[in-house]
Formats: sequence, C-alpha cells, structure tokens
Amino acid sequence: MLEKNTLGEYLYEHGVSRRAFMKYCAAITSLMALPPQMVGKVAAALEQARRPSVIWLSFQECTGCTESLARAHAPTLESLIFDAISLDYHHTLQAASGVGAETARLEAMSENAGGYILIVDGSIPLADDGYSTIAGISNRQMLLEAAENAGAVIAVGSCASFGGLPHAAPNPTGAVSVSDVLPDTTVVNISGCPPIPQAITGVLAHVLTFGGLPDLDDLHRPKAFYGQNIHDRCYRRPFYERGEFAETFDDEGARQGWCLYKLGCRGPLTHNACATLKWNNSTSFPIAAGHGCLGCSEPNFWDAGGFYNAVSIGRWGSREALLGALAGGAALGIGSALAARAKQKKAASEREESAS
Amino acid sequence: MTLLEFARGPALQVSLTILLLGIAWRMLGALFLQLRQDFSRPRKRSAMQDGMRTMATRSVPPHAFEKKIWLVHILGYIWHICLFVSVLLFTPHILLFESILGFGWPGIPGSFVLVAAAIALAILLGLTLRRLVHPVHRLISNADDYISIILTMVALLSGILAYAHLGLAYETMLALHLLAAECLFIWFPFGKLIHTLMIWPARFEAGKEFGRRGVKA
Repeated sequence: MLEKNTLGEYLYEHGVSRRAFMKYCAAITSLMALPPQMVGKVAAALEQARRPSVIWLSFQECTGCTESLARAHAPTLESLIFDAISLDYHHTLQAASGVGAETARLEAMSENAGGYILIVDGSIPLADDGYSTIAGISNRQMLLEAAENAGAVIAVGSCASFGGLPHAAPNPTGAVSVSDVLPDTTVVNISGCPPIPQAITGVLAHVLTFGGLPDLDDLHRPKAFYGQNIHDRCYRRPFYERGEFAETFDDEGARQGWCLYKLGCRGPLTHNACATLKWNNSTSFPIAAGHGCLGCSEPNFWDAGGFYNAVSIGRWGSREALLGALAGGAALGIGSALAARAKQKKAASEREESAS
Repeated sequence: MTLLEFARGPALQVSLTILLLGIAWRMLGALFLQLRQDFSRPRKRSAMQDGMRTMATRSVPPHAFEKKIWLVHILGYIWHICLFVSVLLFTPHILLFESILGFGWPGIPGSFVLVAAAIALAILLGLTLRRLVHPVHRLISNADDYISIILTMVALLSGILAYAHLGLAYETMLALHLLAAECLFIWFPFGKLIHTLMIWPARFEAGKEFGRRGVKA
C-alpha cells in the first residue's frame, strides 16, 4: 500500500546521513550520465519523492534478480532505496500469501492506477497458459492486467528482457519477453543474469526524479548502464592489443591476467556496466575473477555458441560437411572436365567425318 | 536472429561451403581439362625446367618495362604481404582457421595487424584510382576486377573499424566485416581472386608450353 511519507524521510529515519544520501545522489547522477550540476536537483527530487507503489511480478525465473538486489553483500544505499519503495506485491519478499497477497496486488493497482511502477522478472510462457500460473492466473493474463494502468514497466533480468534461459532452444514453453507481450508499451529492459543492482535502482531513481524513463538503446536498455561494451572498459584490454592471451584457465597467461578472448570471453559483444560498476560493493566482476564474460545481458546468449569458443570462431557447421563440399566440388570439377573432353572428342570425330 | 547471429551462423556456414565447393570445382576442372593438342614437334624432351623458371621470372618486372612499372610492382608486393599479415596473423582469424583445420599458429599483436591492414587498404585505394585514371588499365579492367576490389576494400575497412571500435556499434561492425568476408568467400572461386591458387600452376603450365615451343619466357 502506498504510504504518504517521502523517500527522504524514510532514509533519514533509517539512519542514512545527509552526506551518504548526497554521495548516493552524486553517484546516481554520474551513472545516468547527467551533468554534475544536476546532483542538487536529483537529491531534491529524490528527497521529496513520494514512496512509489511497486508491483513486482515474477514469472519463469530463478529469483536471482531479486537476490541480486535484495541480498547484496552488505546493506547498501541501493538496497535501502529498494526497501524505501512501497513494494506492494512480490512473491519472494512479501509476508502475505494466497488470497491476501492477490488482494494486496489488486488494491495497489486500483489505488495507484496510472502511477505504480510495474517490475517484471522472468519470461512469459505462451505455448500453454497452464505452464506457469499464480493463484490460477496465467502469467500472460496477469502481465496484461497489471500493465494496463502502470506508470512505467520495467523488465528486470534477461528472462524478462529477452526471454533468457527459458527462451533457449528448443524453448519448450514458448517463452517470450515482456515487450513481446506488450508490443505497444515502452518497456525498460534492465538485462543481465542477474542485472547489476545499481542499474535497477538507478532506473527507479531516474523515474522518481524526472517522472519519465531514461534514454534507452535500441534494445530498450538504459544507455547510462548499457551504453558501452565490456571489452572497451575491461582492464585486460591492453593484453588483447598486445596479443597476449590466456590459453587455459590455469596457465601462465591466466596467472598473469592476460586477455580471456581465446577462452570464449564475450566482452566485445556485451553491453553492460560490469567492468566499471562491478559487483559486491564494486569488489570484482567475472573477468576479474578469471572467467570470461558470458554475455548474459545480450539477447539469446544461451544459444550463441559454446561459452568457451572464441567470438571469432562463429558457428560454421561441421568438418564433415565442409569435406562433403570439397568432395562435391571435386566431383563437379572432374565431371565437367570429362564432359568437356567428350564434347571435344565428338567435335573432332565429326570434323574428321566431314573432311573424309 | 540479429545481423551478427546471421553472420556468425548460417552465412558463415553457407559461404564456407560455397568457397570449398567452388575451389575444388575450379581447380580440378582445370586440372582434368584437355588442352588443345599441339602437333608440332617439341623442341625439348622435357620442358619442366622452363615451367619452373617461368614461375620465378614472372615474379619480377620484365627488363624492358622495369623503369615504368617498378613502383606498381613493389606496391603490389607490399599489398600482398600486408594482406597476408592481416588475414593470417591476426589472432581472432587464426582461431577460426584453427577450429576448421585442427591446428593453429602464433599471431602477432593486433596493433601491428591494424597497421598492415591500413597499409593494404591505402595501397589498394591508390592502385584502384590509378586503374580508373590510366586509359590502358581502364580498358583491360572489367566487372570482375571491380567486384573483387570493392569486396576486399569493404572487408579491410570494416575489419579496421571493428578492431578499433570506430564507427557503428562493435557488433554491427563485426557483422559487416564477417558478411564482407563471406561475400569474398563466395566470390573467390568464380572471379579473378582464384589467382591466389591458380597463379603458380598457371605460370608453370605457360612456361612449360613456351619451353616446348622453344620460346624463352
């Protein structure tokens, strides 16, 4: 239920100092690629923002996205901001269940019509409505109902953004993304498996501050977090330039921190802020931990070839098929040469006959 | 399916199949084709040496034209060396070859490859302009030449831009580079680019034929 106190009041009541709040606002302003002069405006807007009603729907998902945000390594201002919103419906986090929970959702939707923020994680199965239901309501139906009067729709995680793992071939449930179900709605995709917590709260902060959506890329991801690819910001990039690559995960190159391109790193193709914001209070990210990027914030990353194949290898088929092409070409070449010989021979004998 | 997924998947598969099928077809077709019978008496019992010599002599400019064409000749060598460096010594390319052939070789730093590719592109651009301006070159050039040149230029330029992360988004540029290379794969066996494989047997055969007739070449 929407409470009428402001976000600022809530944070100060919970022991967040003014200094910490301003630092957070400066960080959010910077993350959203806004000029430094905007820090004051962002702080004022966030401080005075009414605690927004948020309805969080979880469909075909693993709860990793919620874990990423709510169970951070240590309590962060991001998690406090998350706590400060009026989370009226969330399977995992709410105490209520059954009829009580569904009633809370319907009441929140009714009382805040046109103003609530709808967050979705998980994909939606379209092959059969019965594949995933909540209180007997299919995921598709619940999404359509909840999106109808939402002020903003945010897809959190790669499953909600692009279909994710459930969408991977052969996609037995006919899983699709939120925007596939809501083609006429601008859905903000905060992709990743899971997404970086700051990206989620950053978008929430933007919506609260400006009352609108942030700049989005062609895949509807906020440019502030997904504007650059990981390779461009990777601290191992100089090794790529020098041609120094780890060949295995435990060779000398790996120990020296050389580039993981040969081991299948998809950093060059992946747009996310992992290399700059990092994880666990900016401690590390997969490449720093010694494993290549899986490209989890990109569409169809499960079906983009083996995780340990270099990006440049592509999917060229099988060696047998290529040998078959060689054999076919050889047969064609020899056959056409022999046909030409037979034609030459016939023409020669015809010439001889006509001469005699 | 995104453009990059298409370029890395079906387009790569189809273009490689056409490349190998076309090469085998053209090479073996030429090998088994019966040459016109020469009824003249051979000047030598064996003209193998002449064939071998011609392979070498055609690699340097003929003495009579040396002063006129030395620059183009040298540029041609530099161009080919830079192209081979760009194609064969760039680690991402080597990884593709290795996945197909089952063996690889060491690469060189990407920055060196970038310089080689830029030199190759600049020379190709210069020689193409000369081809367009020079009346004789223009006369003997046909669509085959221009298609081969344009495809090679696009492959080089998109490769440079993709490596340097310039222009369009990296994945778009990479997809364009792959598609340009795949167009080259498809065109390779059927246009003049097949000289890459035909040049040495063709020179040998011509030299042998000249030797048989007693022509010094």
